[in-house]
Amino acid sequence: MTGNAQTIDTVRTLGEGYKYGFVTAIESESAPPGLSEETVHFIAAKKREPQWLLDWRLEAFRRWQAMENPHWARLRIAPIDYQAASYYSAPKQNEGPRSLDEVDPELLRTYEKLGIPLHERAALAGVAVDAVFDSVSVATTFKAKLAELGIIFCSFGEAVQAHPDLVRRYLGSVVPQGDNFFAALNSAVFSDGSFAYVPPGLRCPMELSTYFRINAAKSGQFERTLIICDKGSYVSYLEGCTAPQRDENQLHAAVVELIALEDAEIKYSTVQNWYPGDAEGRGGIYNFVTKRGACRGARSKISWTQVETGSAITWKYPSCILEGDDSVGAFYSVAITNNMQQADTGTKMIHIGRNTRSTILAKGISAGRGQNTYRGLVRIQPRADGARNYTQCDSLLIGDRCGAHTTPYIEVRNPGARVEHEATTSKISDDQMFYCLQRGLSREDALSLIVNGFCKEVLKELPMEFAVEAQKLLAVSLEGSVG
Amino acid sequence: MLDIRNLHARIAEGREILKGIDLSVAAGEVHAIMGPNGSGKSTLAGVLAGRPGYEVSAGSVFYQGRDLLALAPDERARAGIFLAFQYPVEIPGVNNMYFLRAALNAVRRARGEAELDAGQFLKSVRAKLKLLEIEDDLLQRGVNVGFSGGEKKRNEIFQMAMLEPKLALLDETDSGLDIDALRLVAGGINKLRAPDRAIVLITHYQRLLDYVTPDRIHVLSEGRIVLSGDKSLAAELEKHGYAMLGDAA
Repeated sequence: MTGNAQTIDTVRTLGEGYKYGFVTAIESESAPPGLSEETVHFIAAKKREPQWLLDWRLEAFRRWQAMENPHWARLRIAPIDYQAASYYSAPKQNEGPRSLDEVDPELLRTYEKLGIPLHERAALAGVAVDAVFDSVSVATTFKAKLAELGIIFCSFGEAVQAHPDLVRRYLGSVVPQGDNFFAALNSAVFSDGSFAYVPPGLRCPMELSTYFRINAAKSGQFERTLIICDKGSYVSYLEGCTAPQRDENQLHAAVVELIALEDAEIKYSTVQNWYPGDAEGRGGIYNFVTKRGACRGARSKISWTQVETGSAITWKYPSCILEGDDSVGAFYSVAITNNMQQADTGTKMIHIGRNTRSTILAKGISAGRGQNTYRGLVRIQPRADGARNYTQCDSLLIGDRCGAHTTPYIEVRNPGARVEHEATTSKISDDQMFYCLQRGLSREDALSLIVNGFCKEVLKELPMEFAVEAQKLLAVSLEGSVG
Repeated sequence: MLDIRNLHARIAEGREILKGIDLSVAAGEVHAIMGPNGSGKSTLAGVLAGRPGYEVSAGSVFYQGRDLLALAPDERARAGIFLAFQYPVEIPGVNNMYFLRAALNAVRRARGEAELDAGQFLKSVRAKLKLLEIEDDLLQRGVNVGFSGGEKKRNEIFQMAMLEPKLALLDETDSGLDIDALRLVAGGINKLRAPDRAIVLITHYQRLLDYVTPDRIHVLSEGRIVLSGDKSLAAELEKHGYAMLGDAA
């Protein structure tokens, strides 16, 4: 047996790596399966939403009905029956809990099990968490403390009630209702999510984060995140996600909108660990997400950092619209596909303002029979004098049944722009593996070491606590796969 | 320490390279294995370390009384076998120090010793650097990434010093070195000679042996050891070249 084959075997036998596949036994209230205008009315009524938002949702629904599933991605997706899923599922509780003490203990235990203690005394130091369970936010920590500073951090539903002007001004301003099929679906039926607003000149003193958990069967999760950084402010935002192990595919179609005004900076980090399905490709989350940030003001900055290890299928292109002069966009990504996982992910950098700059650093790792595509667009508009982009896409193959694909689109409409693109594809070589083994490392440790080295430039962009988690996760995700 | 009996090996599904090697190396000894290109020197080192791509078709290898061929490559390493690579491998993004500490702790665990924390490790690194009289400019770089030929070889000797193997196989560690680098590497090897350690030097040229004096020299030709002798053999080879093997074989 060659080293490669042994390595592949090792990864295979490690198997069963998904640690978050449990289900919380909790009584929940769900909308009946199906999707129609009534569903939209049902959700809006549940959330006691104002008329304008209901109208906004209905408009989205109408647009969605006229749209078709996109087919341009390099993904094989079994037909999705949009009428079979339930579009609202929430843990039963009398009223929205007013404080953490009123949150169902079963939910608190669930989050503890996930490593996200919600009691503020136990909570991760320096991180405020909004916990979204199925369709609703169940708790937000450090809300009051942040409010003292003028920072708004709450569930989306609460923001609609308490800060309607902000929501109304910015909702859909980056990702319009009819942007794409999944964004339109989300706009019609989104149930909750997180909202953050940082006032002018303030540096948010703690990391804000949302932890998404899908628990209920036969339901999807459609949440919406809206983050606004006012002039000269800064926030670092983290997002984590997990789901139980189920044989069916579940749909997660989220929308994230970021708005950075003059001199503001938003750092958005994701560690995506949705259930990936089993080795044969049964089950797993369909992660069809639209994430986009607008650098509205001059000198504003938005960076997306993502570590995508989970989901059966990932369709996701966190993007930056660089409107303000001298604004800066960045996309740092690690995407892993193992077993039967598929990912088609990348970014769009739209340069509109002068001297706008963007950096794209994408690392794709394929193992098993995984298929991994980087798809990215760099567009330089005519007015964007002095625009610069640097793109680097690296693919790592583990074994010989997986695939890596790179599909960059570059559109330059300004002759003064500078756009660079570099791409590499490599395989973990027998030589690298043998070198590590000869120094005494086990096959698993060697794989983890080589993969982490490959991803290092991206991982160092993550906040500290996340980076450590992500490193472990990379090793777990490749269990059962070495090359 | 090492006992090789009638070892036959071939490239997986290919031709036979080793055609009956017999060799015994005792603790504390330094043996040099010389021979022309293609004689099987690197294959012997590869088979002993468990490099994939070779098949052993006959013979046996015992290391400290254990059947070496039954062990996986990483088990051999943790049992104290070190191979200094002819072509050290680059691992981008992995810090040289981090790599070495992971390796050292894997070996220490296997020996039943406590793992070293970052501070203890650094102390040990400093001590070895001093011993080998080498600079620490390589430590913060990626494993072998962007190293010159000489730096790579120096790094191999440094790793050997840190891992403290019982049996070190040095595969053409002298090739591609200028005279200064050769002196540095040879000096390192001499300092690592120890009563409980065996060293096997594999080399094409006699010049390494000007700096490291072996206890035994073996000449490999077409997969067999055709000559063995003490250090004087090197001088003879130098004078007559491998052409003299025509008579011996």
